[in-house]
Amino acid sequence: MSGEGGGSRKGEGEGKGVTMRVEVDVPKCVASGQCVMIAPDVFDQNEEDGIVVLLDEQPAPELHADVRESAVVCPAAAIRVVEK
Amino acid sequence: MVGGSAAGLAAAETLRREGYEGALTLIGDEPYHPYDRPPLSKQILGGQWEPDRVPLRTPADLDALGLELRLGVAATGLDLAGRTVALADGVRVPYDGLVIATGVRPRRLPGDGGERAHVLRTLDDALALRDRLGPGRRLAVVGAGFLGAEAAAVARGLGAEVTLLEPAPVPLAPAVGERIGRMLAGAHHDHGVDLRTGVAVAEVADGGVRLTDGTLVEADEVLVAIGSVPNTGWLEGSGLTLGDGLECDEYSAAAPGVYGAGDVARWHNPLFGTAMRIEHRTNATEQGMAVARNLLRPDERRPFAPVPYFWSDQYDVRIQAHGYLRGHDEVAVVEGDLEARKFLAVYRSGDRVAGVLAVGMPPKAVRTWRQAVATRAAWRDAVGELLPEGA
Ligand SMILES: Cc1cc2nc3c(=O)[nH]c(=O)nc-3n(C[C@H](O)[C@H](O)[C@H](O)COP(=O)(O)OP(=O)(O)OC[C@H]3O[C@@H](n4cnc5c(N)ncnc54)[C@H](O)[C@@H]3O)c2cc1C
Ligand code: SF4
Repeated sequence: MSGEGGGSRKGEGEGKGVTMRVEVDVPKCVASGQCVMIAPDVFDQNEEDGIVVLLDEQPAPELHADVRESAVVCPAAAIRVVEK
Repeated sequence: MVGGSAAGLAAAETLRREGYEGALTLIGDEPYHPYDRPPLSKQILGGQWEPDRVPLRTPADLDALGLELRLGVAATGLDLAGRTVALADGVRVPYDGLVIATGVRPRRLPGDGGERAHVLRTLDDALALRDRLGPGRRLAVVGAGFLGAEAAAVARGLGAEVTLLEPAPVPLAPAVGERIGRMLAGAHHDHGVDLRTGVAVAEVADGGVRLTDGTLVEADEVLVAIGSVPNTGWLEGSGLTLGDGLECDEYSAAAPGVYGAGDVARWHNPLFGTAMRIEHRTNATEQGMAVARNLLRPDERRPFAPVPYFWSDQYDVRIQAHGYLRGHDEVAVVEGDLEARKFLAVYRSGDRVAGVLAVGMPPKAVRTWRQAVATRAAWRDAVGELLPEGA
């Protein structure tokens, strides 16, 4: 049992040679922390109010699966991923 | 996917993201692209956002999913043996796998058919109510659950006079405990809401709402926020088990190849060892994702075992909660101060940490306690030392 709802399966989409750009719509963020739990290298939360802080706008390929997962899970639909 | 909202969309996206290339149909009876509901009782009702802020995905991102969208048409029946969903326009949609994500609808009161009676579930509901609120307007909100409380707070912000009617002695006590319920009641008092607890509403009447003792609470507009009913009517007679929602197993399956997700689904959560139906935004997404994976990989199915999460905004109080708080045996405030409305409370069920609820606390502290919930930490180890007795 994974113990978690989503539990991203790491490795998907890796190495396809895609570049990824992450956009966050900060005013939409509700400070849930879901993205930080899934992709702590890419997202953090403001200590004060828990609002998202984007650490890495162009994450490395090995982080892509987790970032996509964060974008789907974000309860405020505040994370958008653009892949080229 | 039947139900074109958070859970249905998450299932569709996950199927595509994880390699499913076949046909995908998303059926929804609302005429809109999938949109987000939590802002309806917050930024939309308050007028800070216009409807263009609520779609869950841009048209381009939706397009990229290659979905057949059947919006504005309801599913009316399910033929399990024949593997088809019948639609209101007479079309029958065949399927190999089915995700049922039809959500819930508001429970109603007698007499609430008129134009001054509102519910708050859809974008149209929110816009209709917003049109009628403003300085000096009198709003009666029936039910001080999260929805009613949020709407009351926003209506105050718009200058309306608000009466909040709640049958229980303390609002939200079963959900968050008495002390925190009282703290929230205090926030309403401070903001000039006329909160009346222990009152039973009989009906929406001319000029307001009628209590069971005959009293008329005068109001220009009435918002009925007394809970919800799962949208399972279209599944009656299908052979699926319907109780409080669509009954599912720990994989969130209702029948072979048929899964339930989101507000409509009641499933067995093995992490807490109990069946639950969760009406939270994040659960809708996570369950949609989980069922997509189980559909896609029938040989590697995983139980759906999340730590539920919700937030609620009332005035300047943002509540964040992780875990399963309902039916808890004990609440302990372990950090901060309830009076200052900055605190962290943990919940015990049996001998385990069942949940954490925080207001205005640093995110790291909250995540640490969430971890205690996720690992089903023993209460004695996690809290016992902090709180020797009677706190
Ligand atoms: C005003 C409001 C505020 C909220 N605030 C919060 C909050 O702050 N925090 C939080 O965690 N949660 C909140 N929620 C709860 C959250 O929005 C829900 O948990 C979430 O929307 C559930 O998603 P869902 O996809 O399961 O169901 P729904 O969003 O209900 O979507 C189901 C869809 O299926 C459609 N449908 C129903 N029957 C049929 C049929 N027979 N055929 C076709 N389509 C059908 C419905 O019309 C609807 O479009 C709020 C909800 C509301 C209404
Ligand atoms: S998941 Fe979304 S709402 Fe939650 S902290 Fe991250 S950006 Fe904000």
